[in-house]
Amino acid sequence: MTHATAAASQRIGGTIGRSVRRIDAHDKVTGAATYADDLLAARGPGLYYGRLVRSPHAHALIRSIDASKALAVRGVKAVVTGEDTPTRIGLYLKDRHIFALDRARLVGDPVAGVIATSEEIAEEAARLVEVEYEELPAVFDPAEAIRPDAPLIHPELGEYEVVNFIFPKPGTNISEHFKLRRGDVEAAWPQCEIIVEGTFRLPPIQHVPIEPHVAISLWEQSGQVTLWTCSQSPFAQRDLIAQSMGIPHGNLRVISPYVGGGFGGKAGVSMEACAVAMARAVKGHPVKLRMTREEEFICTNARQSLEAHTKIGCDSQGNLLAMETRYIFGGGASNEYGVNIARAAGYSCTGPYLIPNVKGDSYCVYTNTPVGSAMRGFGMPEIHWGIEQIIDQLAEKIGMDSAEFRRRNCVKTGETILTGMEMPAINLEACIDKVTEAIQWDRREPPSAPHKRRGKGIAIMWKAPAMPPNAGSSAVVRLNEDGTVNVEIGAQELGQGAFTVLAQVAAEALGVPYEWVRISAPVDTRYSPYEWQTVASRITWSVGNAVMAAAGDARHKILAVVAEHWDEDPADLDIKDGLVMSFKSEREQPLEGLVVYGLPNENFEGWKGGPIIGTGNFMPTYVTNLDFETGQGTRAVVHYTVGAQAVDLEVDTETGQLEILKIASAYDVGKALNPDLIMTQIEGGAVHGLSSAFEALKFDEKGRPLNNNLVDYRIATVADIPREIHGDIVETPLEDGPWGARGVGEHVMVQTAPAIANAIYDALGIRFSDLPLSAEKIFLALQ
Amino acid sequence: MHTITVTINGAAEYLAVRSNMTLLQMLREELGLTGTKNGCEAGECGACTVLLDGEPVNACMVLAVESDGHQVITVEGLAEGDELAPLQESFIELNAVQCGFCTPGMLTSAHALLQRHPKPTEDEIEEAVLGNLCRCTGYVRIVDAIRDAAGSSASASGKGGAR
Repeated sequence: MTHATAAASQRIGGTIGRSVRRIDAHDKVTGAATYADDLLAARGPGLYYGRLVRSPHAHALIRSIDASKALAVRGVKAVVTGEDTPTRIGLYLKDRHIFALDRARLVGDPVAGVIATSEEIAEEAARLVEVEYEELPAVFDPAEAIRPDAPLIHPELGEYEVVNFIFPKPGTNISEHFKLRRGDVEAAWPQCEIIVEGTFRLPPIQHVPIEPHVAISLWEQSGQVTLWTCSQSPFAQRDLIAQSMGIPHGNLRVISPYVGGGFGGKAGVSMEACAVAMARAVKGHPVKLRMTREEEFICTNARQSLEAHTKIGCDSQGNLLAMETRYIFGGGASNEYGVNIARAAGYSCTGPYLIPNVKGDSYCVYTNTPVGSAMRGFGMPEIHWGIEQIIDQLAEKIGMDSAEFRRRNCVKTGETILTGMEMPAINLEACIDKVTEAIQWDRREPPSAPHKRRGKGIAIMWKAPAMPPNAGSSAVVRLNEDGTVNVEIGAQELGQGAFTVLAQVAAEALGVPYEWVRISAPVDTRYSPYEWQTVASRITWSVGNAVMAAAGDARHKILAVVAEHWDEDPADLDIKDGLVMSFKSEREQPLEGLVVYGLPNENFEGWKGGPIIGTGNFMPTYVTNLDFETGQGTRAVVHYTVGAQAVDLEVDTETGQLEILKIASAYDVGKALNPDLIMTQIEGGAVHGLSSAFEALKFDEKGRPLNNNLVDYRIATVADIPREIHGDIVETPLEDGPWGARGVGEHVMVQTAPAIANAIYDALGIRFSDLPLSAEKIFLALQ
Repeated sequence: MHTITVTINGAAEYLAVRSNMTLLQMLREELGLTGTKNGCEAGECGACTVLLDGEPVNACMVLAVESDGHQVITVEGLAEGDELAPLQESFIELNAVQCGFCTPGMLTSAHALLQRHPKPTEDEIEEAVLGNLCRCTGYVRIVDAIRDAAGSSASASGKGGAR
């Protein structure tokens, strides 16, 4: 790891580990914080608006598009179709067109875009675009889509450009197949005392950020293109859109202000590319394209559905011996992240357990449903739903306490895990201890009424950042005349607190008070340094390292100037609270002035130094590829974050209603740079996880959405939250994290649903293998 | 077009508005008051909550002409100059803000509550923000912050956060 870590780790002072105020909070409580829809909010004569014409069919050939009636509407400026965007686009697998070219693959697929002087005119004209379709058989369920005789959604799959670690199977709907082979499962089954097997199903669900997607694009005559949007991935959007539309990267400027909730839904490219293609048709005029809430639900992207068939066995002592699993993710009409979600679910297919014999097959398959994409947890909530229920059943059958069973079998530091990688330092047992203590695991408590049943459940998790092996971060630290600091990063503030924590990192590594640091926002690919994406819970770790290196670079440059000025060794100098000081001579020099104007020589005979700018980057260089047939390799991932949750709940047997009395969570974050921000993730994640257990996107038999609004697709309200949410932080330092820190943003909801399911079983003796849960389902199961 | 007079955050505004323009559109597009957010335009998320004569309303469900002759308070009107309202201070202090998109609506709903019930019960707090959806915080800190701003002591049985 970088020298910066070693240097700065000796100097934990005032900022790291302290729950400083959020850097973005003042703007957010006053209404001053700017989001994409706030840009060009006022109607102006040069501003145009877009609406998309969407396929009413789940699967159909597009025979013809006649836009003449739409173009005749007063105020309509242009109509864009798939013929205008003939090149494919995609993150890992280039499997779609910006506008559907010859085939629509889901209800809601964009087939044309209408540009007009107002949103109302664009919407009216969009209804007048006449599209002739030839309906094709559609397939929605992943288990049906994987069959050889299923309707083929991407007949041209073999022609698609794909990265070297994703393996689509042309001639099928399989966009990725990851194989994990370790040990010998067939030989291990006879040695198992108990084997539990089950099929678990999860429906597609949606991120439901409160801010719907908005994109504004301007294509200038000069060829300069600007895209303003709410994005977790401004640089990935620049890269993918530039490639697909033939724009030099330097000409495409993506600007992303604050994101009003992401959860993965604003990662990669969805409707933003449509806005750019529409702007090209009306050069010189910005085009604003906003998703309605109805579109947001089905036309941006969704968490994939999953059918998991899993079998796990243990010996009479409760030691896990073998696992065989088959995950089939319903990836949707195209698979922006879906292919890599299936891969991540494959190389982490055992969940956080050491199992010597594993046969895992993880598939992503095309389905005529919303685009399967990243959502908080990236495949892990989906696979843990089944694993954690099977683990509970094994413990019960072997007669062991399920928390104890997990302590015994959970992965531990230094063990060789399923991919052949050595597990970096973590302490999952400590997390289990924390939550069992917080939930009073050993105490059976009576229900509050005779018709109620009370139960407790536990579930544990792991998750690695899933990303290309060489996803990089960079940062620039600039010092101002008064010693205040501007930190430039390409990482995004989604609400998780990234800007605050990165400001803390800069302050600490440089030696200035936190209050002196500003984050240069919005992220603007013209000025901000490169960042792969704000996903995968990788910002505190990866960008933290880059900021630390940049601040370390600035610090090094400052000390060099002062050391020369004082004729001392830089090693004897330090910066504290904005003062350069010498341990040796006890001299002091404020940063103010020095960091821009330098220092005058004696009698003002010349000067030393100059404006201080520090730069830094970070990229993991040690991740290796995995064998295609076995999934084995030296280093599958950068690291894992692990955690545990325990739930205490009551079920009303007369209504099936659940009341969550308490959720206790504990995560090993390496080092809590801002403990209270971690607690807010733990709280928000527990409620997100609870809510997700009751959510499902529903479709009719033709693939038309039934609940794409906030009344019929309910997310948790204030009335649904647990009576108590308890959080604990475990700190086992990560070798290459800033002060040992690793990410925790996604992990906080991964195992909530199975922890609830295990508690329901404890209360009722009934297991639910399919999500969503509902009071009705629980009530009917009780009859 | 209709000519209307509305008092917004204490200042009179004279505006010409279309018949079908919503109060939300008027605030954001005509007056540049973009603190009020558009989350669904269907009265379902509460992100556009403003106060109409002190009552919390979804600005997307009110026509601009309906505000003629009335008082509107938006998130921009909660602070007194540079002095933040106690609610805003509490939201910052207790980390009740994450992505911030629901925050303006939460604050205006809570402001209306505290105007009516300076010492609200837990149930009253819950009811006040029941129509305001938040996907980030799990509501824990939001309830804490409202309670904190009211200066009421936390009840032992109340919903509390991870501490």
